[in-house]
Amino acid sequence: MDIQAILSQLSFAAENPRKMLEEQLAQGKKVVGCFPSYTPEELVDAAGMVPFGVWGAQMEPYLAKKYLPVFACPILQSSLEMGLSGKLDGLSAVVIPTLCDTFRCITQDWLAGVPHIPMIPVSYPQNRTDAGIRFLRSEFAVVKGKLEEVCGHPITDEDIKKSIRVYNEHTAVMREFTAVANEHLDIIDPVMRHHVMKSAWFMPKAEHTRLMRELVTALKATQPTCFKGRRVLLSGIAAEPDSLLQILTDNNVAVVGDDLAQESRQYTAPIPEGQGDPLLRLAGKWRGQLCSLAHDEGKGRVDMLVDMANVTSADGMIFCQMKFCDPEEYDYPLISRALKEIGVPTLCLEVDQQPGSTEQIRTRLQTFAEMLG
Amino acid sequence: MEEKVTQAAPGAAPQKPKKPLPKSRIMVGEQLAKLYQDTIDAKARGEKIGWSASIFPQEIAEALGLYIVYPENQAAGLAARHQSDDLLAHAEAAGYNMDICSYARTSLAYMDTLTAESNNMPKPDFVLCCNNICNQLTKWFENLAHQFQVPMFLIDTVYNYDPCASEEKVKYVRAQIDDLIHGLEEISGKKMDYDKLTEVMRISQRNKDLWREANELLAAKPAPLAGFDLFNYMSCMVCNRGKESTTAVLEQLISEIKENIAQGKSTFPVEEEYRVFWEGIACWPYLGHTFKTLKKYGINMVATGYVNAWGLEYEPGDLDGLARAYIDLPNNNNNLETVVARRIEAHKKFQVDGTIYHVNRSCKVMDCQQYETQRRISEATGIPFTSFDGDQADFRAYSEAQYETRIQGLVEVMEQRKKEREGGKG
Repeated sequence: MDIQAILSQLSFAAENPRKMLEEQLAQGKKVVGCFPSYTPEELVDAAGMVPFGVWGAQMEPYLAKKYLPVFACPILQSSLEMGLSGKLDGLSAVVIPTLCDTFRCITQDWLAGVPHIPMIPVSYPQNRTDAGIRFLRSEFAVVKGKLEEVCGHPITDEDIKKSIRVYNEHTAVMREFTAVANEHLDIIDPVMRHHVMKSAWFMPKAEHTRLMRELVTALKATQPTCFKGRRVLLSGIAAEPDSLLQILTDNNVAVVGDDLAQESRQYTAPIPEGQGDPLLRLAGKWRGQLCSLAHDEGKGRVDMLVDMANVTSADGMIFCQMKFCDPEEYDYPLISRALKEIGVPTLCLEVDQQPGSTEQIRTRLQTFAEMLG
Repeated sequence: MEEKVTQAAPGAAPQKPKKPLPKSRIMVGEQLAKLYQDTIDAKARGEKIGWSASIFPQEIAEALGLYIVYPENQAAGLAARHQSDDLLAHAEAAGYNMDICSYARTSLAYMDTLTAESNNMPKPDFVLCCNNICNQLTKWFENLAHQFQVPMFLIDTVYNYDPCASEEKVKYVRAQIDDLIHGLEEISGKKMDYDKLTEVMRISQRNKDLWREANELLAAKPAPLAGFDLFNYMSCMVCNRGKESTTAVLEQLISEIKENIAQGKSTFPVEEEYRVFWEGIACWPYLGHTFKTLKKYGINMVATGYVNAWGLEYEPGDLDGLARAYIDLPNNNNNLETVVARRIEAHKKFQVDGTIYHVNRSCKVMDCQQYETQRRISEATGIPFTSFDGDQADFRAYSEAQYETRIQGLVEVMEQRKKEREGGKG
């Protein structure tokens, strides 16, 4: 397959989650919704079911207003709306992590409003000590038991080990993609980069890995191009909608790295290798996760972004502030200050899932691009 | 301090003399002032002092004899005295979004300035955080620790999506308490005396019982106290719940309440027409307005989940029990079913006629399941409710007109119910 054919397949998945879900259901597979940002997807895969990202959608919530105030996270508002309005029917269950205050409540609102899709909650420890990781292992054991009820058969250690291999291979190829994409910023423009990264949520991982390998191979076989525009990093929960990213392309700005929960944050580290207890290995991945949703006394995320800016020679950083996402709001002043100190300007852009005009965003991005020179 | 005397305008009605404060109020005021001053003095002596989240296992630092102050208490106090507006503006100028909890914004600004009109706290040598109230505390205290370059001790209690804590969770929190003890021993150079710890736990339990008793005395009809009065004593439980001075304050308060009951009196200044349950934190910048509006209709707030949030129950000396108590107590750390069951029990016990829900703009964990909570409690009890938009410390999120209209609406329903009840009796 040539590059465009692969990209078109990945774009289709990113833009048509419902069709991707129906495709899996038509094949007789059970599909389990996985809420942002972290769930033990590997256990869903190990159960022979398909993990499916639930990242909300661009929509005006209506039914969700019965449960949530207007200042609730847009992703969770629209995800709940999708559950309430039947747009997620077909899922055999959803897994919801209790990573922030709104998430705590969403587990309860889901139970009340969407009783026909079983909800499996999972609590991630904030202290990633040995005791914390042991606790997470116990949480995963509970999730495993609940998934076994959904799939109707036991999930063996061998099944989990196999899935860990699948996920580690996927992580490796996604990291390879983000590196090689920077050699081809003409092909992998901001919208396309986002589609490639987002598509991973709506395809079985082994299948996505296969396509990504083909893509990476094809990109490596293509003559690298020298990008003449401005290079930026994206940080935040998600950078959507496409119209926002298109404005970057329109202004000759490329994305050369990201710290988005929906994208590269998923691939910061592989699951620890070894032959030991697979659930403990799975839990071990959480130990090093840098994210606003994971306690980080040393604010390692700030240093990581400074390093990323240096390594990618970024001219600036766009902080995609998901509206009403308080964990991100606490990190922004620190990140902005640290990047400013190394001469990398930041733009804090509010990201929403409710339809609205992009004109103000266009003006701000144009000004920012001009400022980058 | 010399008392400020305001000259009355010629022809104006003479000012109503202020009622003398009850002895317990003077005691609690002195106790809190002493805590702030003691901490400043300790810092000046070179001792290590800490800042702490309010529902943190205070027993550990108390037993080690460390001085601890509480940013939530600081922020609430500043807001109630209308002294936090500049701090909120400072935080926003520093890049903190208005969406962030207003206690946190106040505190993150104070982190920069270390100056406020009152409730000043010295720079911490460590910070103590527990996320059983909310996850914003984790982020807030991370930023404090980062700015001050001091260690942070986080007791992560992990949300109870099940009705109560699992053994695995208790083990995890217990391990964190052990780490906390060792960490504070290292910082302070003091060694934990476990007999002293048991004694602090015993005092804390005694205080918890007294606090509960004081609250439950408001179940009497009419209530012997204006429910808002209890807000004035919360610092006992927030900042001093492991101290014997709190035992003295609460014993005095209880004796005053009992005296009111014996004499058929109440501090609620008008006849108690209606009794309500208040859900959520007080609206500190508008405490006067929220109270006076209720008073106008004879509504006494006789119960609130917030005031009761410090009833931590364990056996003195049992550190697993301590861990369990800090996981299971706070409503914000519990699933909807548990919270609703507790609330229904309180609605019945305190014989309330209505519920007022504060949609607190600062507190997503309280707001994002509140609509379902309202429906379930009302369906189970038949008690009407209203809600209003406000904030615990940001004056910009509250509308006096909206509050008055909502309360008026609730009164109409309560009045109708009352007539039906009285008609039924006749």
